[in-house]
Amino acid sequence: MKNKKLRLLKKLRRILPAEAVLGDEERLRPYECDALSAYRRLPMIAVLPDNVEQVRAVLQLCARERTPVVARGAGTGLSGGALPRTDGVLLVMAKFNRILAVDEHNRTATVQPGVTNLAISEAVAHLGLFYAPDPSSQLACTIGGNVAENSGGVHCLKYGLTVHNIMEVKAVTMDGAVLTLGGRALDAPGFDLAALITGSEGLLGVIVEVTVKLLPRPDTARVLLAAFDRVEKAGDGVAAVIGAGIIPAGLEMMDNPAIRATEEFTGAGYPVEAEAILLCEVDGMAEEVAAQMETVEEMLRQAGAVHIRAARDERERALFWSGRKGAFPAVGRISPDYYCIDGTIPRRELGRVLRRIKELSAEFNLRVANVFHAGDGNLHPLILYDANVPGELERTEQLAAAILGHCVEVGGTITGEHGVGVEKINQMCTQFNARELAQMHAVKSAFDPEGLLNPGKAVPTLARCAEFGAMHVHHGKVAFPELERF
Amino acid sequence: MQTALADFIRETPRGREADAILRKCVHCGLCTATCPTYRLLGNELDSPRGRIYLIKRMLEGAAVGAATQLHLDRCLGCRACESTCPSGVEYGRLLESGKIVAEQNAPQRGAKERALRRLILAVVPHEKRFAFLLRIAQKLAPVLPHRLRAKIPHQRAVPAWPAPRHRRRMVMLRGCVQPAAAPAIDAAAAQLLDEHGVSLLGAGGCCGGVALHLPAAKKGLALARKAIDACWPPVEQGAEAVVVSASGCAVTVKEYAHLLRDDPAYAEKARVVSSLARDLSEVAAALNIIPAIAPRNLRVAFHSPCTLQHGQKITGVVERLLEDAGYTVAATPNHHLCCGSAGTYSLLQPGLSRQLLKNKLHDLHSAAPDLIATANIGCLLHLQSRTATPVRHWVELL
Repeated sequence: MKNKKLRLLKKLRRILPAEAVLGDEERLRPYECDALSAYRRLPMIAVLPDNVEQVRAVLQLCARERTPVVARGAGTGLSGGALPRTDGVLLVMAKFNRILAVDEHNRTATVQPGVTNLAISEAVAHLGLFYAPDPSSQLACTIGGNVAENSGGVHCLKYGLTVHNIMEVKAVTMDGAVLTLGGRALDAPGFDLAALITGSEGLLGVIVEVTVKLLPRPDTARVLLAAFDRVEKAGDGVAAVIGAGIIPAGLEMMDNPAIRATEEFTGAGYPVEAEAILLCEVDGMAEEVAAQMETVEEMLRQAGAVHIRAARDERERALFWSGRKGAFPAVGRISPDYYCIDGTIPRRELGRVLRRIKELSAEFNLRVANVFHAGDGNLHPLILYDANVPGELERTEQLAAAILGHCVEVGGTITGEHGVGVEKINQMCTQFNARELAQMHAVKSAFDPEGLLNPGKAVPTLARCAEFGAMHVHHGKVAFPELERF
Repeated sequence: MQTALADFIRETPRGREADAILRKCVHCGLCTATCPTYRLLGNELDSPRGRIYLIKRMLEGAAVGAATQLHLDRCLGCRACESTCPSGVEYGRLLESGKIVAEQNAPQRGAKERALRRLILAVVPHEKRFAFLLRIAQKLAPVLPHRLRAKIPHQRAVPAWPAPRHRRRMVMLRGCVQPAAAPAIDAAAAQLLDEHGVSLLGAGGCCGGVALHLPAAKKGLALARKAIDACWPPVEQGAEAVVVSASGCAVTVKEYAHLLRDDPAYAEKARVVSSLARDLSEVAAALNIIPAIAPRNLRVAFHSPCTLQHGQKITGVVERLLEDAGYTVAATPNHHLCCGSAGTYSLLQPGLSRQLLKNKLHDLHSAAPDLIATANIGCLLHLQSRTATPVRHWVELL
């Protein structure tokens, strides 16, 4: 192992400048985790290429040396997708931070994978355009990571996930081949491989270029904040708005612990006494927005909102959203650690599932703050724990598994937008049966026959599932086992 | 984040503070986006989150190599990350501790680097020595190579400092570099205050910031005590505020209470001085200056120093003062980024500093300004070294 490392280091230093190859523990330590810091593994080596030729050469070398490769962008992922391998090379793509071209007439931008999500919208703002998917970490997360995880965000309810907003992806496979998937037109003959690589969590290829779709910035966007004295009522409000045929640009919900934490950071004016708040944004033509705002307000009042306030201007609108966007890290103010879950459920189950989370929270004796994309039923319960207390992380993981199990039980899924990574890999066994998983492995080996790209993530081996199943059988079986999930 | 601080530091005041700060960090990585060095280098080790990790590793007892020190040295200390951090991580304080522990445990720096640091410490914080060397440099300027010559500030006419005549008094800590390099700034401040019913008394001395960030904690604290002593008589006689016109010094004076909290002889004085400390912009904003009637037809690009916007969290105040005075304040991109001056950074990390300066001037010039205004002497001299557009402290424009 040590010899292999030395040999690899020597060869990598022929491909890359000395400061772009990290091999000692001191320099590698900060790379041992992404934003899911509960899971940590020191990589054998980390490299920081800055052009495609270097990426190809690194991958070819690692293929020859049968060394696993894990790609990493800004390391803001919440499912451990960029968790390194102790026997592998961490391929850091952060230096690929240039916007290559903006095509105003076709409304596309071609960018390198290390460009941050927000930087794209900023670069085209003067043209009245924007890139729609907006993960809460959009300030820092990279487009390469967004494609790999098929990231969502507040505005995905109306504008779709990453997969709906990209045209073309260039990726390098483990043997160094550069694939161009998708194209500059909206449809192309053959399989939609751009969609396949989106959300593939680095298992198929290393993304080196992305062409994204740009949308015209809506004339008007208005947001209102509704406060509720019971979480279930807020859930009803969500169902009512969607049921009225309105597609809000964003429909977000936060419960009391989350409200308190974020209010302290942003001073957004969130009512700290409320049990839940809904943020509902409507965008489009001014007249359309005005009419829809009236309907939304009426619906939420009927659902039992005790207090409704619309942002008066653009500044206040940004302030309302800043609280929601900074909500996860702001929880760092009320708890030393948090564990974020990413389940989805059918919207009508919202109230019931939230009640169940509350019960589970009491049962496991761990606080849970809820922040989530209510409009598309994508839950983000944050379990608050203290990693310095022995056993608390383990209890947290059990609680997370119980919550995700419940999501699947009511007809939902274990992940909406953060990806599976290492975090939810066991829950994949709950979601899919053996034949489905075998098909996923077949797709992986079509791109990466040796299984060297980000192994151990996203799709569990059948052996792993058997082990996990044996462990968890007594936790209660999944309801309606005869139903196909999805 | 999980922490397990090593015995050597766990139960010390420094260790307890560091642990509390580290525990607040949730490792989300938002800070990387606004970090000037991460944006240039793309290496986690040159980001706030990476440096926090290096410091954590060091405080947990791992051996400290040259890498930890290098990446901590590369930090500008601009604290843009603190403005971005939703978890309230006090990065600046953690960095100071980290730098001190690294200084004690890392392998010795190279001879050239050590000599340069010693030279900086021997000259910069001592206003007389600095003034003497500056006068020689100004005399020699015509025969110096262009690159050096650009760094030497020109002498400008200095307005008279009005004699004290008002009952309202404030004391101004004048710092080390500014009285020699740009004496017009404090005189302009004294005139402005005098016109609005406040007499400004000057007190000499370096705030200690340069030494503290180097880090030379002992010397820095000694200078801080001297600065407190210099301000003390007017404070005792009822000065309303300790005014500082350089935002870099203002942020340091505001930290005195924290820095000297364990010094029995100075803790109380430091608390009083910090509580009275005001950036000049805060004082000016409270003067109720009557807005100009006619616009001046001059475009100003304002570079807000990191010590103003991130360190003291003062935003929009100077811009309003300039607009009230009739200037057009142009919006410029990347407003939150450091110009690369950062105390002694331009001397210690010249490569990165030059790159940041180039980017900053590019952003400022994009607004086609007639003038560039700023609020800190370091930024002022640094920006002026590479542009023909006049760079002034904002108070000189009022």
